[in-house]
Amino acid sequence: MEYLLHLAILFSIYAILGLSLNLIVGYTGLLSVTHAAFYGIGAYATALLLIKTDIGFLMSGLIGIILAAIIAFLIGMVLSKFDGDYYALGSMGFCIIAFSVFLNWQDLTRGPLGLPGIPKPEIFGIEFSTSALFVILAAVILIAIYFACRCIANSSFGRVLKTIREDEQAIQVFGYSTLYFKLTVFVISAMMAAVAGSLFAAYITYIDPSTFTILESVFVLAIVILGGLANLRGSLLGALLLIMLPEILRFVGFPGEIAGQMRELTYGAMLIALMLWRPQGLIGEYKL
Amino acid sequence: MNTDKEKLLQLKGVSVQYGGVHALDTVSVSLDEGEVVALMGPNGAGKSTILKAIFGLAPLHTGRVLWYERPFTPVPHEVVRNGIAFVPQGRRVFTTLSVEENLEIGGYGIRDEKELKKRIESVMDMFPALKQKRKTLSGTLSGGQQQMLAIARGLMIDPKVLLLDEPSLGLAPKVVKEVFKKIAEINKNRKTAIMIVEHNIQSLLSVAHRGYVLDKGRIVAEDEAEKLTSSGILERVFTGRL
Repeated sequence: MEYLLHLAILFSIYAILGLSLNLIVGYTGLLSVTHAAFYGIGAYATALLLIKTDIGFLMSGLIGIILAAIIAFLIGMVLSKFDGDYYALGSMGFCIIAFSVFLNWQDLTRGPLGLPGIPKPEIFGIEFSTSALFVILAAVILIAIYFACRCIANSSFGRVLKTIREDEQAIQVFGYSTLYFKLTVFVISAMMAAVAGSLFAAYITYIDPSTFTILESVFVLAIVILGGLANLRGSLLGALLLIMLPEILRFVGFPGEIAGQMRELTYGAMLIALMLWRPQGLIGEYKL
Repeated sequence: MNTDKEKLLQLKGVSVQYGGVHALDTVSVSLDEGEVVALMGPNGAGKSTILKAIFGLAPLHTGRVLWYERPFTPVPHEVVRNGIAFVPQGRRVFTTLSVEENLEIGGYGIRDEKELKKRIESVMDMFPALKQKRKTLSGTLSGGQQQMLAIARGLMIDPKVLLLDEPSLGLAPKVVKEVFKKIAEINKNRKTAIMIVEHNIQSLLSVAHRGYVLDKGRIVAEDEAEKLTSSGILERVFTGRL
């Protein structure tokens, strides 16, 4: 049971990351790989504040979200001037810089040693110290994020995001400042990623830079693409599949000495097959 | 039409360069209120670049754009605020949005929801075919319907000036006739001044009051539409005998 609850919590965290990245990649059509950076900013801010102060989980998480928003605003000002491959390359650069900061600002982050002993969250006197309680917290936050993303996607703001994806110059003809829309969605998405980071830090109780590498961004991107671009339920499905698939493969019965490698191989082959079969993802509305 | 009264829109001595190549070379054009002006010339003459320069989509190397004789910096949101709408080449409707949503996009800047709905109904009254398909995804419309939608979307801001780039591109002759009939209607009923770039010279001159003939980024002739037709300049420019 504990194992299933653990998977449910991981699913919630990655679903939040997938939903928020879908706003940028799926709805706006900008191939961003910055998500691990904002995930890390949220995680580190929350962890440091929980360890070093007694302001509590909510306030620590809020500060992490605000910090992510400020950094996203500054980075987004630069990234929003790009599109296509240049946007992807620029976002990759930022992700690498963020990882270097987590790794090398040893006075603050303890570098590769990481931050152990992060207290479990306590909200309104309830301590979410067990997996059963934590899964409730994660699920509530996931539902809130899902509905926030749905509101954005179905609003006139979301409609403009889709038109930017379709034809950015054509939308400018009507007087829209695409920079404003690209920047706004980038900041909102970064804030949501920071929420996932806060949850992760408080759940695992230990973080180090290895969790926030560019590979993590690629993993979240895979969730979005596999589940379906510009479809929020697709992000939930993508997170469910990519979290559960490696776990299911544990029970396939590969010989013990090569089980790990076989699982990785099967997992990769299944992803390639899926992309060949449905390049727009399982329930996507658009393909890159 | 081209009198000494205050001009609505003017380009004065405008040059546009793309990587050192002159797309426009000190070009001056003007548009009066309620007028339809045609921009004609072979491929690469710079016709579409004039419309893009007005809209700030092509950077000016030299020259100025004037609105009611006053210079303004051509950036899209400023141009739209002045009441200039642009219907770009190739229609460029948003295929994943419905007809109604495309029109809502065109009404950017209309803050009042009731006014927005009123405008949508008003332009749909002009294009009954769109009214029947208001919830249909615009990607599933025919080429002619998409062109009508592109024009209707441009009319959402109730513009003083409508810039049309190749409205007949890729359309069947019967549909082209319909499109030009609508353009004439817009000019007559709404008093919208229109500047059109078009290859279909016959259709174009049937609605235009005045025209400019361009070749290699320069204006080689300017006159009333009828006089341009009878002067033979168009044949000379299009056959390269200028």
